[in-house]
Amino acid sequence: MSLWSRISNAVHGSRLNREIEEELQSHIEEAVASGRDPREARRAFGSALRAREASHSVRVTGWLESLLADLRFGWRQLCRNKVASAAAVLSLALGIGSCVGAFRLIDALLWRPLPIANSSNLYVLSRQMTGLYGKPTEDSYWATPDFNLMRDAVKEQADLIAISDADRTDITFSTDDDMEKAHVAYVSGNMFPVFGLEPAIGRLLAPADDRSAAASPYAVLSWEYWNHRFGRDPRVLGRPLHIGDQTFQIIGIGPRDFTGTETGTVSDIFLPLGMNDLSTRAGVSWHHTFLMLKPGINPSTALDPLRQHLSAISHAFEANCATCFRGVPQATIDRLLNKKLVFHPAGAGISDLQKDYRRLLGVLGLLVALVLLIACVNVSNMMTSQAAARSHEMALRISIGAGRRRLVQLILCQSALLAFLASVVGAFFAAWSAPFVLSLVNPPDNPARLALPADWRVLGFGFGLMILVVLLLGLLPALRASAVRPIAVLKGGADPHSRRRLMRGSIALQVAFCVLVLFLSSLFVAAFQRLQNRPLGFSTDRLLLLETVAGKGQLPVVWNQTAEVLRAVPGVDSVAISGWPLLGRIQINNDISINGAPPSPTPAWFLNVSPGWLSTMKIPLVSGRDFSQEDTSLKAAIVNETFARIFFPGQDPIGRTFARGVNQPLNKIVGVTADTPYHDLREPSRPVFYVPLDEIDADSATGPVRFATFVIHTDSQNPLALTATLRQLIAQRHNGLRVSNVTTELDLVRDQTVRERLLATLAAFFAAVALLLAGIGLYAVLNYSVLQRSREIGIRIAIGASRAGIVRLVTFDAFLMIALGGCAGIALGFGAARYIASFFYQVKATDAEMLALPACAILVTALIATLPAVLRALSTDPTEILRAE
Amino acid sequence: MARNDALQGSLDLLVLKILSRRPRQHGYAIMAAIANTSGDVLRAEEGSLYPALHRMEEAGWIRAEWIKKDTGRRTRIYELTSAGKKQLGVEESRWQSLSLAINRVLREV
Repeated sequence: MSLWSRISNAVHGSRLNREIEEELQSHIEEAVASGRDPREARRAFGSALRAREASHSVRVTGWLESLLADLRFGWRQLCRNKVASAAAVLSLALGIGSCVGAFRLIDALLWRPLPIANSSNLYVLSRQMTGLYGKPTEDSYWATPDFNLMRDAVKEQADLIAISDADRTDITFSTDDDMEKAHVAYVSGNMFPVFGLEPAIGRLLAPADDRSAAASPYAVLSWEYWNHRFGRDPRVLGRPLHIGDQTFQIIGIGPRDFTGTETGTVSDIFLPLGMNDLSTRAGVSWHHTFLMLKPGINPSTALDPLRQHLSAISHAFEANCATCFRGVPQATIDRLLNKKLVFHPAGAGISDLQKDYRRLLGVLGLLVALVLLIACVNVSNMMTSQAAARSHEMALRISIGAGRRRLVQLILCQSALLAFLASVVGAFFAAWSAPFVLSLVNPPDNPARLALPADWRVLGFGFGLMILVVLLLGLLPALRASAVRPIAVLKGGADPHSRRRLMRGSIALQVAFCVLVLFLSSLFVAAFQRLQNRPLGFSTDRLLLLETVAGKGQLPVVWNQTAEVLRAVPGVDSVAISGWPLLGRIQINNDISINGAPPSPTPAWFLNVSPGWLSTMKIPLVSGRDFSQEDTSLKAAIVNETFARIFFPGQDPIGRTFARGVNQPLNKIVGVTADTPYHDLREPSRPVFYVPLDEIDADSATGPVRFATFVIHTDSQNPLALTATLRQLIAQRHNGLRVSNVTTELDLVRDQTVRERLLATLAAFFAAVALLLAGIGLYAVLNYSVLQRSREIGIRIAIGASRAGIVRLVTFDAFLMIALGGCAGIALGFGAARYIASFFYQVKATDAEMLALPACAILVTALIATLPAVLRALSTDPTEILRAE
Repeated sequence: MARNDALQGSLDLLVLKILSRRPRQHGYAIMAAIANTSGDVLRAEEGSLYPALHRMEEAGWIRAEWIKKDTGRRTRIYELTSAGKKQLGVEESRWQSLSLAINRVLREV
């Protein structure tokens, strides 16, 4: 109560003073009424002011009262320069908001622990090895039989958990017709219990569900999926769920927060590992393996023995695996067996999104931090110049006995006010920007999904950032102000150079940060442009792709008939079929054997295509011919130029043969095409060969085709306009073919550049902001220094200095600092660029144009920013200045 | 405030005692009561009485209230709280032991 009344008294200080005054008056009246002399009664009190002070000080918390007074004073200072203060608040808000927004993304993707028990004890197993072309690579996928051996071997110390990627899968809940997509993950039965998860309703998968293949057709839905797909209807339990030709029964709903271990993807449905056909195959690595230490096991001592034990088991398994390496050359086997098993902490989940965006987010964090620093330097400059303008006031305060601590507090209060206002505005910016940036990571069929809660982690970061900004802003001006020597100031200006030194330093600092941002941004933008303008070798114009599935498969003749039907639709120009689209997610390679020799160390990638696919894609033939309908029996093949160069150097490949692995039938080359990117826009061309869609196997029979893509060239600019018609046509034929996914070739190409586009967009935005802020800062500093030196300039003009001399006087220092800062920024930029060189498609940091762009931008900005100051200096009227002195 | 701790201590004791005998008094009356009952030996200075009153109020020993006088002006009257009664006991026994000790010293010599 007492503390509260003191606080409230501090807030209502003037009321308190009135009350004390009134009480003293009433005392004097009483005294007079009881017969004392009024003058004597008043004298007995001594100084009324002192009595009031003494009473006042016991009834308030002194520091709070002085703090409030300082805040009020600071607020009035801010209000005095409304425009400058608003600019300061806005630029800080942009910096703080961007930082908090970037933190939200980084935290959500990389740091936030999974909502499971003991997430800090969770690791993921992967193997470091030498990949194709001798590059080091890491394989994080495991075969289920191998997993089972490892799990049983270490079950005393740790639980091993198998979790597959949450793949976007076609599912149906009732009839075949309404097919939908959901992210389906196969998990070992111990996942839910080891993670300490409880069902929302029903039951979760248990170790008993790991029984032999196909014995546990049960499905668990995630809470999130249950919520948005079924509106939390409890009757969903027991309903069937069809995937391909399998039927599962829904037995339970997972806990509310758990959306799987793949950060950035929400797992909708969990199925038992054993229900996937792949789980019996020793040669297929398809799921991740997690390791959770048992309680009471010390990670620092237990992990390495565990790693060696698991490594030995896995190595023995692969060495014995009879089916793993059939027909693979010994060198490749040696390479594949030479692996090092490693553990990575997985408490925050693991995903490709993390791998792809970890460095990008690092760069983003750097950019926003730099923008915040530039804004801080600006505002700090503003406060320094204000403090300089108030140096008389400060000197006066000190000479009448203000403590230095109070002066520091006074200025820190003002910077705290600024930082607080900026944080409030910045919070709104962060609330909007983080989801917005996330929404830009949006390949249409697999947009990134992250929970971005504004919880204590984000608030704590925001608060810490605010404190940091307060210190950055206020500390320097505060220390300078408190170091004021009253005598020197009241005498009329102390060492004028010290202030100028500080200003010069701030120019250099700001320019360095700004050039760094500009330099990195120009690299990102150039890399994006080069990637986007990369010659494709095919045309994406008006190409519609219908990715189609056919249950257990349909004969090629049925696929061709369907294509024929599509060709008849008005608006369709041509139709071809390929196994999968170029630049899609699928890539398959074969070892290539020439003339029965062992396969070369480089594999080649292939694609099944129908006749006419090349012309529909507008891929030019270099020599030879396209497929015809009769090529199936001939086992014809078409290869690209890279294939020809690698496998038939210096020869004409037409008419030659190759085999897809040792002891396989021969394929005869009938044509050579130009190179096109196959899977990734950034890669150099791969060797690729095309074979007919209806290729025959060793028994001269064509097998069923389970999935393929109709490639449709349309008349209209928007190929998607035809989707509904074509989809309906295919469904009406009732031949088992169903459209699973609709996209355009243009979208697939765009998806390849999502990351680069995101980075280029953000970098360009921050570069513009940094340039603007640096320009404003430069303007303010120069303008202020001209104001400060107006006396000197006036005298110089009066004694006959030339205009050029005045301009040099005003700008020489600034441009020297700009040059210094620019060099420092470029040097920092080289360092940073090395760390992220992998982002720069065909762009080198040392390219002349990459250096020229930021240099020109900063120079132009500097010229514009110095112009007003130069004009002001030139228009100085010496008589006026000297008269004022 | 630290200058005259002993004096202040006894001022607190006097004020608390006066208020325990006659509750709801204003500052002047308390001052007058101290003077009267001590036979004009003890005088509380106005300059220290009011800070002491306000300090004790903040400590929660006494409670203050504004009332209207017949003249129409407001005056502030004080009364003991239960914490104040307890404090009075503490102060009284401390004073007793202090004066006992001082007397003993005087007798020895």
